[in-house]
Amino acid sequence: MADRIISTSFGIKLIYGSLFVCFLFFTAFVYTSQVPDTTSLPTRELALQGKHIWQKQNCGACHQFYGLGGYIGPDVTNVISAKGKGETYVRAILTHGTATMPNFNLTLKDIDALVAFLQEADKTGKSERHHFMADTYGQIHPKGNKPPQK
Amino acid sequence: MSKSLGFLSIATGLCFLVAGIVFGTLGGIFYLFPQDLRDLLPFTKLRPLHVSSIIFWILFTAIGGLYLYLPKHKNRLATKLGLGQYMLLFTAAITILGCYVAGIFGGREYWEYPPVLGALIAASFVLLGINFYKSIRHKPATEPWPVYRWMWFSGILFFILSFAESYLWLIPYFKQNLVRDMAVQWKSYGSLVGSWNMLINGSALFVMEKISGDKTAARKPLTYFMFFLGLFNLMFNWGHHIYSLPVSNTIRYTAYIVSMTELLILAKIIWNWRSSLTHAKKHSHILAYRFFTAADIWILLNLVMAILMSVPAINLYTHGTHITVAHAMGTTIGINTMLLLASVCYACKRFLGDFTASKLKLLNRGLYLSNFSLLIFWVALIGAGISKTVLQTGNPNLPHALLMQQLVPWFVGFAVSGFGIASGIILIIWPLLASILNRKNKQQLQKRQLQPS
Repeated sequence: MADRIISTSFGIKLIYGSLFVCFLFFTAFVYTSQVPDTTSLPTRELALQGKHIWQKQNCGACHQFYGLGGYIGPDVTNVISAKGKGETYVRAILTHGTATMPNFNLTLKDIDALVAFLQEADKTGKSERHHFMADTYGQIHPKGNKPPQK
Repeated sequence: MSKSLGFLSIATGLCFLVAGIVFGTLGGIFYLFPQDLRDLLPFTKLRPLHVSSIIFWILFTAIGGLYLYLPKHKNRLATKLGLGQYMLLFTAAITILGCYVAGIFGGREYWEYPPVLGALIAASFVLLGINFYKSIRHKPATEPWPVYRWMWFSGILFFILSFAESYLWLIPYFKQNLVRDMAVQWKSYGSLVGSWNMLINGSALFVMEKISGDKTAARKPLTYFMFFLGLFNLMFNWGHHIYSLPVSNTIRYTAYIVSMTELLILAKIIWNWRSSLTHAKKHSHILAYRFFTAADIWILLNLVMAILMSVPAINLYTHGTHITVAHAMGTTIGINTMLLLASVCYACKRFLGDFTASKLKLLNRGLYLSNFSLLIFWVALIGAGISKTVLQTGNPNLPHALLMQQLVPWFVGFAVSGFGIASGIILIIWPLLASILNRKNKQQLQKRQLQPS
């Protein structure tokens, strides 16, 4: 029966169309599902400027958010709240660069914006492994932090 | 479609492959001497130059395959559309690489160029879609499309959709929320990779059908079933990139359930095809056969890795490490590049005539050198990834610079083997480009006609 459906033009188009409709629904779900809300932060506009600078300098070539990006530099999702780091540390690196990171000659305004962006990223959640736990199905969840349910 | 345009597209793709491996090799050197090369060869430029060159290698060569393998229809509009498509993509590619060299960015990972240039790529694919439609309409189907035609159709359709989706960040609703933006970004990237995989796999299946002479292979219910599984993966199997992102559980469980079966699907198809070939048929297209065999081995190796990485509890330890890079390199070089090279070898032999003995020798040496080097490269990246995980898990506060120092032996391994891959690929590209650019074959090209698909 399944062989017969899949061997006809109509059957193939029907399966294709059904999958496509499911894809559209899932896409709509992804676009509207609940995510950590940072839009009420007072530095929101500045953070958006920081995101723009992040992209213009291609910081993602070396750094990551939530493990996504290049691996030459460290993950910076929680650099603002990390032990021994924080805003002063970030400002120093952005101002002078490091042995492996060039000095991008950023203005003070650029640095303020990037710091605001990193502060916003920090408020979205934790990215390091020890902040996660695995359930019995092998799925991972943030420790002590209820994930969005929708 | 036009064969001259097909070979022009393939030759352009091969040139981008050369550029990609040169930038990739320089990237490997950067890993060894980051402090010395920090200002001379900034990684912020090297990485996008490498990645974009490889993406354009895939796109140009996969599209070239379409121009060669789709039913030929003599139509001035089709030629104009094809040329327009080529010129748009070529202009975009050259401008994008120029932007990277000049340090002009503004996009995101994989599409780091200023977003306005994305319009050229999108327009190019729209023209390709129109040309594809006209080519198919020209010869109405009396029976269901063969699977490879569905794959080409899906590749073009989902490239356009996913590429457009990857620019949703320009809209404030997406841009203003980092997590939603990242979720949509990786959703689109997952489908984009799936879309060019469809283009490549479609051509691979077409070539397999032609070599074996078995016209039923691309119309069997099992082949259709596997195509739909692949399409299902293209649509829904992207969430493993964002397991750690604070998104809905539904998204993460969907990703978990929809495991990466696409590679298994192709492995099964190639396996069946190989076992169905007679010795004579294998021998008549021995190069294409060897490239397919290499791809088959890489499919199996990456399949094991993909399945492990799709388990969130394991992904937690592999994510953000070079194991992810190993998977990306294994699939891009080991699978995509080997399949595309098989297709190019087939097309050259079929339309341009047999390779000379000296060219065959180079191609074979290149094949073995690149694959052997890739194996070392792959293992070195996995080693770097495992070491990083062990070090980070043992000491979460270990400074990044110290962590990277401890990984240097692995970096040496992948930088040296990267040279091997580059040398092997150049040994392959050289005779292929020479065959395509050799004008003596032009008459042969005009005489030989491919049977419509």
